[in-house]
Amino acid sequence: MTKKHTPIERSGITSRQLILILITAMALVPGYLMMTGSLKTQEEFLNSPWSLPMNPNFQGYAAAWNDQFPTWFKNTLFVTLSAVLLTIALAATAAWGFANWKWKGRDTFLGILISLMVVPPVVLLIPLFTLGAKLGWISTFRMLILVYVGLMLPFSIYLLTNFFRAIPVSLIEAAKIDGASDLRTFRSVVLPLSGPPLITLTIVNLLWVWNELLLALVFLQSDEKKSLMVGITGFQSRYSLSIPTIMAGMTIATLPLVIIYIFGQRHFIAGLTAGSTKGE
Amino acid sequence: MIKTAPSEYRVTAPRNLGAVFGRVRTSGPFLWILPAGLCVLFIFGYSVFDLVQQSFKYQGDWVGFENFSLVLTDPLFRTAIFHNFLLLFTVPILAVMSFSCAVLLFETHKGMKFYRSAVFLPYILPIPVIGVVFGQLLQLNGALNSALRAMGFESLALDWLGDPKQALWTMSGIIIWKEVGFGTILILARLISIPLETMEAARIDGAGFFRLHLQVTLPQLRAVILFYIINESIVMVSWVFNYVYVMTNGQGGPGNATVVSELYIYRSAFQNNAPELAATAALLLLLATLVFIIGFFRIQRNMSKGVFDD
Repeated sequence: MTKKHTPIERSGITSRQLILILITAMALVPGYLMMTGSLKTQEEFLNSPWSLPMNPNFQGYAAAWNDQFPTWFKNTLFVTLSAVLLTIALAATAAWGFANWKWKGRDTFLGILISLMVVPPVVLLIPLFTLGAKLGWISTFRMLILVYVGLMLPFSIYLLTNFFRAIPVSLIEAAKIDGASDLRTFRSVVLPLSGPPLITLTIVNLLWVWNELLLALVFLQSDEKKSLMVGITGFQSRYSLSIPTIMAGMTIATLPLVIIYIFGQRHFIAGLTAGSTKGE
Repeated sequence: MIKTAPSEYRVTAPRNLGAVFGRVRTSGPFLWILPAGLCVLFIFGYSVFDLVQQSFKYQGDWVGFENFSLVLTDPLFRTAIFHNFLLLFTVPILAVMSFSCAVLLFETHKGMKFYRSAVFLPYILPIPVIGVVFGQLLQLNGALNSALRAMGFESLALDWLGDPKQALWTMSGIIIWKEVGFGTILILARLISIPLETMEAARIDGAGFFRLHLQVTLPQLRAVILFYIINESIVMVSWVFNYVYVMTNGQGGPGNATVVSELYIYRSAFQNNAPELAATAALLLLLATLVFIIGFFRIQRNMSKGVFDD
């Protein structure tokens, strides 16, 4: 597939490549500094922050993975997985309720739900904190998980409803004629068809919960319940004398995301663009 | 004379009962929606209800609009709102950059997938990580300034984060760095779905790269760019807490140079022990966001129309 280009076209292609290389470099610079910095000594980092680590050493990692870091990691893992699984289960059933039946006010309801997608979490913070304090639920995982689930539901329901609506009616009718109940139809016809949107939703939500800071900061205050993001935010002042330790901590906190991103990029992009268009 | 009940009454009653007690094949939508509905109602409905109540009270007593006048005359609140307003200036920059990036990626074939992944990467990185790494990068004697000095741009080596004059602009730069990937991906996805014939026709008519994309491509991307603009406006008004908190140790410094409305709310509630002021500010923020939410909702509707017309 070779195509002949005129000189003008060729210079256009070259300049576009150059611009893209520049943009890419800018996008990758902080990640580069983080990863190389985590393998250097303090002195090396201060003297030549841009160079590659000449004698990579892992002391930063050993120091970062200290007594509390594993706990934070586990806390975040637990909260993230429970919140995401619960969200998917609730969103899938609700979306089926929206997609399978026509009822009065359905579209209004769905519209309100969609607009909730953009309500900032800080608005909900104070009432929920007051309530949590009354119930004695501050620094419990259940409170934070509940809040996360509530915040993720609008987008999740919206995305799944759109997908379920696109399932051919004939498939569902056939199941009904065969005498399958709604639950049965949902389980053995709808869910098996919904692999891609469910994976998309899982990835988008995983990344969001993993990265969330404000709510975790307020709802998990005790040291042994802290989330990873809250923990590493305090890293900077705690290890101000050892930049490699800080960078190593950041690298560990980012690694799961990058792995998910590499394997699920396609799904993640599908999920993001789903917010802007309907029925795709 | 005893009137008989309307006929549909008699028909629906047993069906509804059947739905409630289960064991029927048609369960109706409500049981399916109920769990999620209750959760959403609790998180959003209860919160907004309680927020409104708290903003009219002081230590349990009804005080009318006193909290509102306190918040609105608080110079720190005004500063915070002004900073959010300044951050809105990043939105047009983001839109232009995202559009340009998307067109560049669209026109590139060699290495496009790699570039796309790289441009998008910042968007998935956690803000605490970004904040800390940029914090190191932008120190007075940090990596950026040492690189600038090495290249002979001594005068460009500023105190990026320590000087109140540019701290907010530095913050905007970081926000742009992270958010531009989202717009690029969004616009690129739409760009790919545009039928190629129009572009080919324009090309045959002799339109160059810039004319083609400004006069033919851009108008077709109007809806998605508008969506992105509204989305980012909401981000600038009410989702920037993380950046400020992480980069300034929760203080909004230097001085109050980077205090934004969310940080004002957080500090009122959890550092100054004034939850009613925080609630009032939060309510005002919600009302401000509402303007954008309505815009968001409208576009969503228009776009869905567009999709079904195609």
